[in-house]
Amino acid sequence: MSAFLMPSLGADMEAGTLIEQAIAPGQPVSRGDIIAVVETQKGAIEIECYESGTVTEWLVAIGERVPVGTPLARIDTGEAAEPVAAASKPVPPPEPVEMEQALKPLPVSTGARVLASPAARRLAAKEGVDISALPVTPGQPIRHADVAAHLKAAPDLEPQTGLSAMRQAIAAAMSRSKREIPHFYLTHQVDLTALTEFIAEVNAGRAPDERLLPPVFYLRAMARALLKYPEFNGHFEKGTFTPAGVANIGLAIALRGGGLVAPALFDVSAQERDELMAQMRDLIGRVRAGRFKARELSEATITLTSLGDRGVDGLFGVIYPPQVAIVGIGTPALRPWVVAGEVVSRQIATLTLAADHRVGDGHRGALFLRAIDRFLQEPETL
Amino acid sequence: MTRDDIEQALDEELARIAPDISLEDIDRSEDLRDEFDIDSIDFLNLVTALAKRFGLDMPEADYGEMDSFNHLADYLMAHLS
Repeated sequence: MSAFLMPSLGADMEAGTLIEQAIAPGQPVSRGDIIAVVETQKGAIEIECYESGTVTEWLVAIGERVPVGTPLARIDTGEAAEPVAAASKPVPPPEPVEMEQALKPLPVSTGARVLASPAARRLAAKEGVDISALPVTPGQPIRHADVAAHLKAAPDLEPQTGLSAMRQAIAAAMSRSKREIPHFYLTHQVDLTALTEFIAEVNAGRAPDERLLPPVFYLRAMARALLKYPEFNGHFEKGTFTPAGVANIGLAIALRGGGLVAPALFDVSAQERDELMAQMRDLIGRVRAGRFKARELSEATITLTSLGDRGVDGLFGVIYPPQVAIVGIGTPALRPWVVAGEVVSRQIATLTLAADHRVGDGHRGALFLRAIDRFLQEPETL
Repeated sequence: MTRDDIEQALDEELARIAPDISLEDIDRSEDLRDEFDIDSIDFLNLVTALAKRFGLDMPEADYGEMDSFNHLADYLMAHLS
């Protein structure tokens, strides 16, 4: 028997609201299954179970907000005195019909889950509105306009600080970062002409849903460079740095109307670029819909922040603890550049690194950025 | 397909991506991505949705002709008639 606890989904989280019990009591759960959905400042987060067994009971009701570490459910893992328990009180195997039902979303009529549009959920999370407390019309999901109307009616939700929940979460994590991590910064100009031309060439023959975007190549180049500079990839906790082995690169994703989240794309080296592009689209879609997985938040080992094509030249990132580095790339623009002794027009972007001086230094950081640059010159290999 | 139909479709697809900004709030002749605050992946999602809806290719090389709400509607009109 073991307890499933309210997880900590980052340095900034103290409590969360249980909004879905995805597995009913008596039903089996396997490691990796979504067992619950928790509402945090960042949106609705799907929580994976780290054990296999049977959910015996839920200890926290839907809509209840509890501190990190609170037991949410009991799981019978089959360990601890199993022979005795099995002999005295055999657990009937779940019937197939029930299993099927358990896989379906809970019906709305039970009131177990608040039906809300992604946009509504996102706005509510950003502004710290408890979506389950809003008035509902039976059978009608809560829409963006409903949350907006609620906010208009109650403009002083958080008079103590004047900050939205999302802003508070960012403030907490970034204050901790600046307090604990001795940052150093490097900057490097990188010629993206070859990359830009390669992407245009590849995309020319493709339907829109198969087209690639530059961040896929930045991610692939980073992952490859990290193989040689592993001290920038991992977690620094309790005075010790643990290198990650695989590159789970957090991608900073801006949310509409403010705020950002940096969930991970897993094992970037192992993904072909088309696969990575599909995963990136899926991740951004889910994040902007206000719903993603817990491990995407907690298991990033380094972060990439790309300003895209409507930004400015460059940025200096703030490291997301317990990570030790963040790579930034500014908006590419045509600039004069010297190639073979001639001044020519090239597509140039500013690549930056903010890294933790406890685990690395400027010399290695510079080599890491140069390695990324070198790989970006051969986009066909990424 | 009338201009109204196209604008209606465009409004619907944009509302999916930028639900907080309505057509009345924007300048239809200004930069589409600035007006709706959409990034390159939002724009790709918009093009994907429109291409599917209208059965068009909408190649990347034509993106320059889709730079404002009005231009995008013009582009769709020209390719659908």
